[in-house]
Amino acid sequence: MKFSEKWLREFVNPDVDTETLMHQLTMAGLEVDGVESACPEFNGLVAAEVKSVSKHPDADKLQICEVDCGDKELLTIVCGAANVKQGMRTVLAKVGASLPGVNELKAVSLKGVTSSGMLCSAKEIGLTDDHDGIMDLSANESVGMQLTEVIESNDKIIEISLTPNRGDCLSITGIAREVAVFNQIDFSVPEVKISDVKSSTIRNVKLSAVKACPKYLGRVIENVDTAVKTPLWLSEKLRRSGIRSINIVVDITNFVMLEIGQPMHAFDNDVLQGDIEVRLPKTGEKIKLLDESEIELKSGTLVITDDTGPIAMAGVMGGFESAVSTRTQNIFLESAFFTPVIISGEARQYGLHTDSSHRFERGVDTELQSKAIERATELVIETCGGQTGPIVEALSDDDLPQNTEVILRKSQIKRILGIELDEKFVTDTFTNLGMQCNYKEKQWITIAPSHRFDINIEVDLIEELARIYSYDAIPVSAPNNNLKMRMPNESQEAIKHIREVLVNHDYHEVITYSFVDPELNKLLNHNDNNLLLANPIAPELSEMRTSLLPGLISTLQYNIKRQQERIRIFETGLVFNNRDDLKQEPHVAGLLYGNVNEKQWDIDNTLCDFYDLKCDVETIISSLIGASEIEMKPNTSNILHPGQAVDVYVKGKNAGCFGRLHPKTCADLDLPDNIYLFEFTIKNILKWEKTRYKPISKYPSVKRDISIVIDEKILLDDVLKCARNDGSELLTNLELFDVYQGEGIEKGKKSLALGLTFQATSSTLKDEEVEAIMEKVMDGLNNNFGAKLRE
Amino acid sequence: MNNTEKLKAQAISEIDSASDLSQLDLIRVDYLGKKGQLTQQLKQLGKLPAEERPQAGQIINVAKAAVQNAIDARKALLEDERLENLIDKGRLDVTLPGRGNHRAGLHPITLTLQRIESLFQKIGFDVVEGPEVEDDYHNFGALNIPEHHPARAMHDTFYFPDGRLLRTHTSSVQIRIMQNDEPPFRFIAPGRVYRCDSDMTHTPMFHQVEGLIVDESVTFADLKGMLVDFLEIFFEKELQIRFRPSYFPFTEPSAEVDIMGERGWLEVLGCGMVHPNVLRNVGVDPEKYTGLAFGMGVERLAMLYYGVDDLRMFFDNDIRFLKQFH
Repeated sequence: MKFSEKWLREFVNPDVDTETLMHQLTMAGLEVDGVESACPEFNGLVAAEVKSVSKHPDADKLQICEVDCGDKELLTIVCGAANVKQGMRTVLAKVGASLPGVNELKAVSLKGVTSSGMLCSAKEIGLTDDHDGIMDLSANESVGMQLTEVIESNDKIIEISLTPNRGDCLSITGIAREVAVFNQIDFSVPEVKISDVKSSTIRNVKLSAVKACPKYLGRVIENVDTAVKTPLWLSEKLRRSGIRSINIVVDITNFVMLEIGQPMHAFDNDVLQGDIEVRLPKTGEKIKLLDESEIELKSGTLVITDDTGPIAMAGVMGGFESAVSTRTQNIFLESAFFTPVIISGEARQYGLHTDSSHRFERGVDTELQSKAIERATELVIETCGGQTGPIVEALSDDDLPQNTEVILRKSQIKRILGIELDEKFVTDTFTNLGMQCNYKEKQWITIAPSHRFDINIEVDLIEELARIYSYDAIPVSAPNNNLKMRMPNESQEAIKHIREVLVNHDYHEVITYSFVDPELNKLLNHNDNNLLLANPIAPELSEMRTSLLPGLISTLQYNIKRQQERIRIFETGLVFNNRDDLKQEPHVAGLLYGNVNEKQWDIDNTLCDFYDLKCDVETIISSLIGASEIEMKPNTSNILHPGQAVDVYVKGKNAGCFGRLHPKTCADLDLPDNIYLFEFTIKNILKWEKTRYKPISKYPSVKRDISIVIDEKILLDDVLKCARNDGSELLTNLELFDVYQGEGIEKGKKSLALGLTFQATSSTLKDEEVEAIMEKVMDGLNNNFGAKLRE
Repeated sequence: MNNTEKLKAQAISEIDSASDLSQLDLIRVDYLGKKGQLTQQLKQLGKLPAEERPQAGQIINVAKAAVQNAIDARKALLEDERLENLIDKGRLDVTLPGRGNHRAGLHPITLTLQRIESLFQKIGFDVVEGPEVEDDYHNFGALNIPEHHPARAMHDTFYFPDGRLLRTHTSSVQIRIMQNDEPPFRFIAPGRVYRCDSDMTHTPMFHQVEGLIVDESVTFADLKGMLVDFLEIFFEKELQIRFRPSYFPFTEPSAEVDIMGERGWLEVLGCGMVHPNVLRNVGVDPEKYTGLAFGMGVERLAMLYYGVDDLRMFFDNDIRFLKQFH
């Protein structure tokens, strides 16, 4: 909410500067968002009266005016505005004046006539965008008075951001009340003059939804001159509150809302037919609103109706047909109370948000309605004339919210805030806040004033005390420890561990959005368990990820576009699988692209391949899981290259996969074809069993190396399994140290060099024993794979 | 005895021109070995008359000692030369970079999260997690934010067609933990949160750490003390800090915490005493227990800590950006 500092100071004027005032507001919970000068810098502008107007002899659109600006002699001013007329008071920029965009105004000759100054529009002064004509001051502004004084330009516009619980501060009166409490001074609001009733015209009001609208005041005012221009003092107050001037009647209702906090509405009484009824809409009822939008009303939306149907959406916006214009002669003023829970969310579901709905949603004082209608009447009569009709009040007293007793136990202050507060301070604070307050037997029995919708329970009172006492004044202490050790969370520990392993292996961690492009996801995931957002921020961020790969691929694309040639990245985070029950499980995934090593002076630049990826994957998994529990099988998903893709099983459960991105996907995404990926489900690679120590044999080991020649299609894993099986438990290590194809080896075959280490735990192995085992191993390899020793 | 002197002179001359240790050893054997020339002379002493033997023996022994000294000296010299030579050959440009790859780095948001977690873990906080796709009750209802509450408008929630939503804060985790356990509670809930908003200063996804203590005697003063400590330790300096009254439906009293930055006050935290309705919603008796709660935006803290001036950098994942963090 924006407001004029000067306006506030009309109500309460503490002896503090703007800076301190803003600090007080912020520390009261009315956070100051910003402050700006109310008016641009100008100088040499005065109120002036146009004494005569005559046509310029040589220019159709220009007029020559004789203007009185309080000096001895009249000035001749050439003016092109259509609204200039004899007798009007307006703003004159004298020669030498400065205003936005003009440093020093000079006398100029316009088609032969010298103009000793300029009559100004609001836009030229920099107040509003209104360029329809020169400013029209009322007769109250005495000729020769500096404009700075006329509009009190030396003012600040303060903007505060109010939390939803403080609807009571959405008016100058509300803010003044808070400032008064913090400065312990009084505040006063303008006294409302009760207008004499001069006509008997009324419009009856019927409340048919008393829970939603328990109170409705209406009044007809006849013969109103709505063409009157809004006085400058009023339009300036609206402007400094961020509200545009519309017409005199609308401006007055807005003014009353800003001044005391009651949103009002004015109808063109001649358009209304029959009685007013406040009710819920009938099926299919429609309304055309002020902003000319046609809306089909939903069943819970409270409406104001006449015999023809809805004429306003209650508390939100008036109807188009019954709006007051400058041709309106008779008006019907509305000042009502609408219950917050009814109005809440109403405007929003139609995409509307108005100053009125904003206030009703947060709660408007239930005792303001009659004051507001009298205040508006007073201003209408004063500016537009007319005959006031009697106020018609429809009321369902029982349905009007009433603040009830709230009790504060003294002990609770210390219990919640950690400090004791003086009893007198507490009583005074409640009293200053306008509460009824009675202290006895260590309890304050309070009833909050009708403008406070937010004080319903004991802790609401404690908050008020803390606020007024000042949060800053509450001392600091440390919470008592009630320490209890707990088991660490396995999944968190695993993620932390995996991150460390990957970072140490030169993978950078990335964080990508959890919603991805469905098109990209389709290329990288073959499932349709997707979860789509109803209101995504963009179509390419509309599907919850079912895998971390889309985020990694997007990051790769981003970096390749920026000339990065070596990318090693990983991410951990939840993926969302919407099969049967929604599963939200942590995954880890990585991507490898470019050279094995950073460009270096001493290492050849070789590109990463499948085996680089495999080493990293093995490092992660084997750091968590024992080798005997891991099984790798070819992956057939077709997301990965069919010849370079592996599914990893841990204790028989699929834990993830790794491999090279499918060449077709690379082509589809316009990416190079050497991209390597892995992804694992964290819960399937958690540490399964704690490590058990195995004794180290003190007897010497025996090593044997063999080279065998076998068909090139035979998988190493099968060879090792066979050798291990025949090698018995004495075979303590089996390693592959060379794979060779080429000269000396028959085409279609390969040579594998294996190193076998034998060791017993209870004795030194004899040569004969080792030879016997080696023979068995060779026989096995020969029988199963036709393996021959390489010559 | 001239012969002895001659031999000595000849030996020393050979020693001085020996170019390596093996050559030097050959010279030693040639003069001082069992069959060496000087040793032979000693052996022949017996042929001399008895009265001449002592003097002659002494001359030979002096010569032997002189030769041995010369050998030792030469040996030391040659050894020094050998080492120097070795060192010279081994001279490298030690400013060339080390071979192999370096450690990469964690994401700055993870680093910030880890920092926050470790500080709170030191005073006994557990780190807990919860789902990111949430239901209305855990994200709003249980936190005292009924349907149509104006506070919901501040949240810009992402919804799914079935009414579920992406959590707008990690406060939802509080509810899940407290529903399933008994007080006292002392935990932080870090994680991703989502708001339907994207511009210079908002990303649709960001991170929060929500913290909570529910115990028999926690107060607003405790909350203040703990958060002042946290902020000063996190930023590694004394700070000007203010607690400003604010409003959250799930805490009362509520405060926002600002720190003084180079260009004025900066909001860094929201906090308050847990609202009795929230405690009741999870079956905790507000007459027996009080609670303090706080929540912070991790990106905001990371930006201040690292001097990052554009929020979006965190999610662009530009390698050149990531490489700056370890």
